[in-house]
Amino acid sequence: MEQFAHLLDRLLYAPQKITKLKLMADYFIHAPDPDRGIALALLTGALDLKNAKPALIRQLVMQRVDPDLFRWSHDFVGDLAETVALIWPERATNAAPPRLGELPEQLAGLKAPEAGEQLAGWLDTLDATGRWALLKLVTGSLKVGVSARLAKAALGDAFETSVDEIEEIWHGLEAPYEPLFAWLEGRAPRPDMSNRAVFRPLMLANSLDDMELVKLPLADYAAEWKWDGLRVQLAARGSERRLYSRTGDDISAAFPDIVDFMTFEGVLDGELLVVREGEVAPFDDLRQRLNRKRTTAKMLQQHPAHIRLYDILFDGTEDLRGLGFEARRARLEAFWGREQPERTDLSELIPFDSVEALEALRAGSRSAQSEGLMLKHRHSVYQAGRPAGPWFKWKRDALTADAVVMYVQRGQGRRSSFYSDYTVGAWRDGEEGAELVPVGKACSGFTDEELKKLDKWVRDNTANRFGPVREVTQSLVVEVAFDSVHRSSRHKSGVAMRCPRFHRIRWDKPAEEADRLESLEKLID
Amino acid sequence: MAKAARRASWIKVRPEGLFVEPGGFYVDPTRIVDRAVITHGHADHARRGHGAVAATAETLDIMRVRYGKTPFKISQTLRFGEKINITGVTVWLAPAGHVLGSAQVVVEYKGERVVVSGDYKRRPDRTCIAFEPVPCDVFITEATFGLPVFRHPDDTREIATLMHSRELFPERCHVIGTYSLGKAQRLISLIRAAGYDRPLYLHDSLLPLCKLYQAYGVDLGELLPATADEKGLPRAGLEGEIVLAPPPSISDSWARPLPDPVICMASGWMRVKQRAKYGGVELPLVISDHADWDELLTTLDDVGAPEVWVTHGREEALVHAARLKGMEAQALRLIGYEEEA
Repeated sequence: MEQFAHLLDRLLYAPQKITKLKLMADYFIHAPDPDRGIALALLTGALDLKNAKPALIRQLVMQRVDPDLFRWSHDFVGDLAETVALIWPERATNAAPPRLGELPEQLAGLKAPEAGEQLAGWLDTLDATGRWALLKLVTGSLKVGVSARLAKAALGDAFETSVDEIEEIWHGLEAPYEPLFAWLEGRAPRPDMSNRAVFRPLMLANSLDDMELVKLPLADYAAEWKWDGLRVQLAARGSERRLYSRTGDDISAAFPDIVDFMTFEGVLDGELLVVREGEVAPFDDLRQRLNRKRTTAKMLQQHPAHIRLYDILFDGTEDLRGLGFEARRARLEAFWGREQPERTDLSELIPFDSVEALEALRAGSRSAQSEGLMLKHRHSVYQAGRPAGPWFKWKRDALTADAVVMYVQRGQGRRSSFYSDYTVGAWRDGEEGAELVPVGKACSGFTDEELKKLDKWVRDNTANRFGPVREVTQSLVVEVAFDSVHRSSRHKSGVAMRCPRFHRIRWDKPAEEADRLESLEKLID
Repeated sequence: MAKAARRASWIKVRPEGLFVEPGGFYVDPTRIVDRAVITHGHADHARRGHGAVAATAETLDIMRVRYGKTPFKISQTLRFGEKINITGVTVWLAPAGHVLGSAQVVVEYKGERVVVSGDYKRRPDRTCIAFEPVPCDVFITEATFGLPVFRHPDDTREIATLMHSRELFPERCHVIGTYSLGKAQRLISLIRAAGYDRPLYLHDSLLPLCKLYQAYGVDLGELLPATADEKGLPRAGLEGEIVLAPPPSISDSWARPLPDPVICMASGWMRVKQRAKYGGVELPLVISDHADWDELLTTLDDVGAPEVWVTHGREEALVHAARLKGMEAQALRLIGYEEEA
């Protein structure tokens, strides 16, 4: 437990991905089975140990600590689990600390008051970091900034195996993953997943700019719309049906309206969209269906999910990934015609005969509810990752607006000494005349040289400090590029930009001439 | 029942600080005064410009290093245990275990003994003499870490974490934020005790006091300036090395030339995660030169005083805990003392 607790503690503070990767890889190499397997399950979200409510934790500590001292401590520390971890009276005990690998089994089926006694017994055996980790795990409030993908990537790094190879068997495995570790350590063959609906790593496209387009042998490429939804994979084998995100997260539970209708066998590649009466809804409609623990009937009815199919990887058990794009497309059309899978359609191929025709198509993509165009080499085999050459995405031009810098924060990792996170605002009429309201936060799009200049500007123009946040004088205009605008109840302005980034810094432009909120509201699609 | 006369009523709290009235002197005044007894060299306890100052030789030297030629008008060097009489008040010093030369000021008058402990800790520290409890009638204590959440872990384990991180990230440099007096030298001695014998690289502002410690016979191993040019910015080639710098420098522009630094911070506050996250610290090291909660309570037991006065920090909690022990306790609310960085 303590080894894992110290990993979590370090992950909590590590600002850079590369640091997190190294910390986790080091743990996976050195921790024993089955502890590391349970750790992997906890980090990837495949398992949780949620078993106690904050009230139970509070009750346990109140039996041991003076109430006034606890109250002052809680006020000072802020977080309940952390306060309890720190204040817990240490006493000599002969009991051994809990083993991470045994925790899920020991916790399962434990109910209060036994759960409280067991927890207290464990807390007596752990150090402060161990107590913190245990309390965070059992209250289900652990956040260390690690995604499932990152944890798997660390596992790949640890044993010099590509993360794609791990992904391909991942969803057929269960904690504590001993056959996985045995394979990674060369002690056993790769677990056989041929009968499981596992995730197959996706093929991704490179960005294309206008210059490169001219050089491309266009006759060799097929074009289709780049739909603005969520790239997904549908995998069905036997009775097992799963919907995977681009990174291999199993999102089946949130989309019963897709999974329930996967009556075929095979693996398909497509775009998850909300479609009403044949019309693709804005991305924001889909966003509301994501990250939900429970999907209500109302949600299913008002935000109906739909799959627009791009590609086929397996037809039944036949692996088609070695075929060229056109051959796979023919198989996809045949498959679709045969199976008639509900709530799906085929992403149409768009005929074109010249660069000009393509440019005209792309220019119209915003009204077509698409993000731009995809260009796929007619003979491209389906390769995991982002190979250079066969597939390109050619996004529609970004929208832009002139916004005023309002608040700035330091960045993370390499940027921790620079003010690099910029909250920008647009003008509206307030009670006391024109006022700025935040519309987005941009953290990229500038060069290192520009960042140095911006950093100096922030330091010279700070009006107020709120902890780590600096409010600056309302005097710097930035031309911000963004993909779209949607309504947001979390922003005071009522709108939020999608993927805002710096396009140009308008050192010369007076702040009064920046854009007004109304002009952004008009862009909501 | 008649109320007993207040203990040590001859000690007053004035805007300048703690005033021993019959002796006409202050202890650690925060404003400039004629006569002061100083517990230790941290800037908030040892201000520049007093008339006459009595302190240990180490403390006086620390003031000279920090303040140049005229840190005070005249000085009197006191050895530990050496008694002096200031207009009827007996004054002597006992070790406080906080930093080099740090002392508790023992004041005796009309049969009452009051101990002004200054800042102190109870952990072993090779860079200064350990705290000695002095039985007394009134014990005046700090409460920097006066909450039961502050229980400093074992120093050696914190250093082991640092060493493990160094092995894990050999291409990066570890830059540790540390106070220039006491914390820096303690940290260095702990790193040396862990068997690390490579040179340590120091921000310019840490070097003078380290030299003073070395002159007093504290072994700190090989120390090199982290800077190479007159601009004061870090030198090249610090991959894999350990750099020490004052806390404001570690996450600001000074640290930019360092090779992908792991930002570390050595402080008792690092026990609270938000404090570390907030400061952009990647590797918190819970190392303090103040007593933690358990040490504060142990010390109250050790000195056996019937009454305790709390100067600064989280006074309310320590006052409360002292009362639970059956002691009389009050907060003095002295202003001007800073918290550990």
